Amino acid sequence: MTMDQTSSRAADPEDRAQEKQVDRADVAGQWQLMWWRFKRHRLAMVSAIIVLLIYLVALFAEFLAPEPPGETHTRYTYAPPQAIGLFVADEDGGSRFLPHVNGYTVEIDPVAVRRTFVSDPDAIIPIGLFVRSEPYLLMGFIPMQHKLIGPIEPGEPFYLLGADRLGRDMLSRIIHGARVSMSIGLVGVAVSLFLGVLLGGISGYYGGRTDTIIQRVIEFLKAIPTIPLWMGLAAAIPLAWSPLTVYFVITVLISLIGWTSLAREVRGRFLSMKTEDFVAAARLDGAGELRIIMRHMAPSFVSHIIATLTLAIPAMILAETALSFLGIGLRPPVVSWGVLLQEAQNVRAVATAPWLLTPGLAVVVSVLALNFLGDGLRDAADPYAH
Amino acid sequence: MNRPLANSMSGGDPVRSVGLARGDVALEVRHLKTHFALRTGVLKAVDDVSFTLRRGDTLCVVGESGSGKSVTARSILQIVAAPGKIVGGEILLHGVGGDPDRVVDLATLDPRGKEIRAIRGREIAMIFQEPMSSLSPVHTIGRQIDESLRIHTDLDKRARRKRIIELLKRVEIPDAEHTIDRYPFEYSGGMRQRAMIAMALACNPVVLIADEPTTALDVTTQAEILDLIGELQDEFGMAVMFITHDMGVVAEIADRVCVMNLGEMVEAGPVEDVFHAPQHPYSRMLIGSAVKLEKPAPAKIAARARHADGPDDRAQILTVEGLGKEFTSHKGFFRSKSRTIKAVDNASLSLREGETLGIVGESGSGKTTLGRCLLRMIEPSSGTVSYRAGDGADIDITALDKRGLRRLYRDIRMIFQDPFGSLNPRMTVADLIGEPLKMMGWKQRRIRDRAADLLERVGLSADHLERYPHAFSGGQRQRICIARALAPEPRLIIADEATSALDVSIRAQVLDLLLDLQSQMSLSFIFVSHDISVVRYFCDRVAVMHRGRIVETGVATQVCDHPEHPYTKALLSAVPRPDPRDRRIHQRHRYVAEDHPTASTMEGP
Repeated sequence: MTMDQTSSRAADPEDRAQEKQVDRADVAGQWQLMWWRFKRHRLAMVSAIIVLLIYLVALFAEFLAPEPPGETHTRYTYAPPQAIGLFVADEDGGSRFLPHVNGYTVEIDPVAVRRTFVSDPDAIIPIGLFVRSEPYLLMGFIPMQHKLIGPIEPGEPFYLLGADRLGRDMLSRIIHGARVSMSIGLVGVAVSLFLGVLLGGISGYYGGRTDTIIQRVIEFLKAIPTIPLWMGLAAAIPLAWSPLTVYFVITVLISLIGWTSLAREVRGRFLSMKTEDFVAAARLDGAGELRIIMRHMAPSFVSHIIATLTLAIPAMILAETALSFLGIGLRPPVVSWGVLLQEAQNVRAVATAPWLLTPGLAVVVSVLALNFLGDGLRDAADPYAH
Repeated sequence: MNRPLANSMSGGDPVRSVGLARGDVALEVRHLKTHFALRTGVLKAVDDVSFTLRRGDTLCVVGESGSGKSVTARSILQIVAAPGKIVGGEILLHGVGGDPDRVVDLATLDPRGKEIRAIRGREIAMIFQEPMSSLSPVHTIGRQIDESLRIHTDLDKRARRKRIIELLKRVEIPDAEHTIDRYPFEYSGGMRQRAMIAMALACNPVVLIADEPTTALDVTTQAEILDLIGELQDEFGMAVMFITHDMGVVAEIADRVCVMNLGEMVEAGPVEDVFHAPQHPYSRMLIGSAVKLEKPAPAKIAARARHADGPDDRAQILTVEGLGKEFTSHKGFFRSKSRTIKAVDNASLSLREGETLGIVGESGSGKTTLGRCLLRMIEPSSGTVSYRAGDGADIDITALDKRGLRRLYRDIRMIFQDPFGSLNPRMTVADLIGEPLKMMGWKQRRIRDRAADLLERVGLSADHLERYPHAFSGGQRQRICIARALAPEPRLIIADEATSALDVSIRAQVLDLLLDLQSQMSLSFIFVSHDISVVRYFCDRVAVMHRGRIVETGVATQVCDHPEHPYTKALLSAVPRPDPRDRRIHQRHRYVAEDHPTASTMEGP
């Protein structure tokens, strides 16, 4: 029941269009076939767009975030989220278009002696797009003076997702946190990719004793409970190191475990491919070892590796979040989602300011999107399997 | 051997009785349609198929791959894989539950319902092609046979076990009292298929559907299984629906034949009529291809006549002396015990220029290993292989270094069995055919011209250069493989089961293509195959292998028609011939090897 039988029977006109399609498929290479397959996977397509958006946000964080992440406002500690209004009432009873947020009035609870913010409908703070701001450098080198969104009058309170303990804008912090959290996954995966492909490839291609040794090492690494290992290693990081160095060390720590499963995957591919007839045929064509690996074997597992990598990134993100949450990963003033969640560690804060949990939402969304994307890629990775 | 198991059951039947008498209609299929709703349209896998099965009769459904014969069988039991669906027609099962008048239309039943489950395994049982994958590896054979008894009967545990042992004895499994508690991996391929048959017969079904049950087996094992099914049918009286692509098997066992092509039933009738007076062009072609392979190719006969007078003075192109390959496996703690298997044992061969040598044998005979040792794809353990190059120089292949081997690979090429596995799906046809030329340092331009030329030589169009292998059918792919083999203008081609994966009509075409190319390019062939008819058709001389040894060598017609070694006799007499007037596997020779510890435990290379 092969497809060519369907096409040979396609006599009626409505199948003519399909015949064209079949012709196009005849000359389609593996990436084209994979793309066609991936496109059929709706959820994965949507996730791919979400992932792309998240990375764009991380890239243009300075422009998108209304404030720098470290800007504190002691007047607005634990200020609740504001809603954006589009119209304001006029004196003459009508209404005119003016995007705005409402300011706060502070009420003091006489019993608990606690300040609470109440939205003040009379305090109208006009907001706009591309508003002027303090000069800053986009991505560290493009001088800019505008933000995507913000209060037209600089200095007015603007907290779409509320403020934290020091009156810092949560939205800005989440946007900046995306940069570290999403990139630590990439860097970690890059390190594990290098280690995994190298060691897995050696293991699978040469086999024998080399294979045994590498596999035992992998098993040993896998047997170590990860959290205590990370805690131990993170505790060894000197306090005096700069946040950047710490960041680098943490990625290396995380990928220390991550490469093992990738190495297994690559080894498995090599082992199964070594016995394929087409590899034997390439050898009989006179191709050398390197050419056999690069030209004949690699194309068929590159797609699998990409899928595995995509599925590895969420694990890295979660690892970073967990470590930072426990206080042994990144530390302030570095902003990452895990660091932000540290704020949500105490119950009182969560009870009075539930918006402190929003970085968790960002983690969930990005991890889910990456997982669905990885699933779609994995399904599309081998277009020749039926 | 003929234990009256079924008779004892039909009298004081411990399981159940069958209400129908011999010759009664057991199953009627009328205008059955099963369609698959695919993304690219509706695939009519079974399109208006009708047939009738009678008790005691064997109906063979025959067709090439993709003809819808398996889907027909699966439709009857409502086990078609999604998105397949029965969209029309009736499947009438007679005598349900032992009541001869009760008729149930299976097509109307819910595929997950209680009624159909009461019929599966009890009224209708099925045997599948691959006995390894249709048995569960984690349960003992006994437990798996017990399953249907437990579901369909109310026998107690002891009675069930007794019946299973009887069943196993009936299907000639030795030492049934003990083998009942063994796992499938401890059974050989033939024994597994016997166990599957025992399982199918457990509830004394009205209808037995066998879906290519012998395709994965060697010819001698196939002959035993066919014999067994025939005997059991005589005894139990069930109706058998036997699905196969092998016209020889059809001729051997069928009472009636139903020929399918692309989902449609093109011809049906008594076996004599279909074989000796086929009406439909497709059945004529199918039977014609099978009969064609019964004798040597016309080109071969002509060539033989040319060489008949006077001694053969063509130069030896390949000489193999005392070739051996041992595989050592380690077992036990710290690999303390080792066991050596001689896959190839002291094999000697010679091949002249322009000659075709067939190597025949069953699975595990070492024929593939021998073929690969010649090219050092597997390093031989002993012996020499010497090749006489085009310039007259003698090359000792066993002593070549890597560079020498690469040069040799231009002269000696290989064609693989599986046309799907041997073409890299990620390269275009032009790249695939051009790869050896590229390795020889040819320019891109010249490679393309040569590849286009080769494609046309093997009967494909030069327009196909930019296509990928997935655009081609199995036969076309094998043509691409042949083009790739021919690219560096070789002098010798080793074909390892090159036609085994192909349908019978395409098989003959590919063989004719090879013969054509041989006469044009003065090629020599070593043709490794398990298929006697292919060897007889294609080869000048034959070497028969058994358990790693070459037991007989000689001129193809001589060996195929008047074998001398008892193993060759047994092998040849087990091959069913596509002629229902010449049924003979009952009278086949049986060969019991004197046991020497060589390849007995080895299956495959």
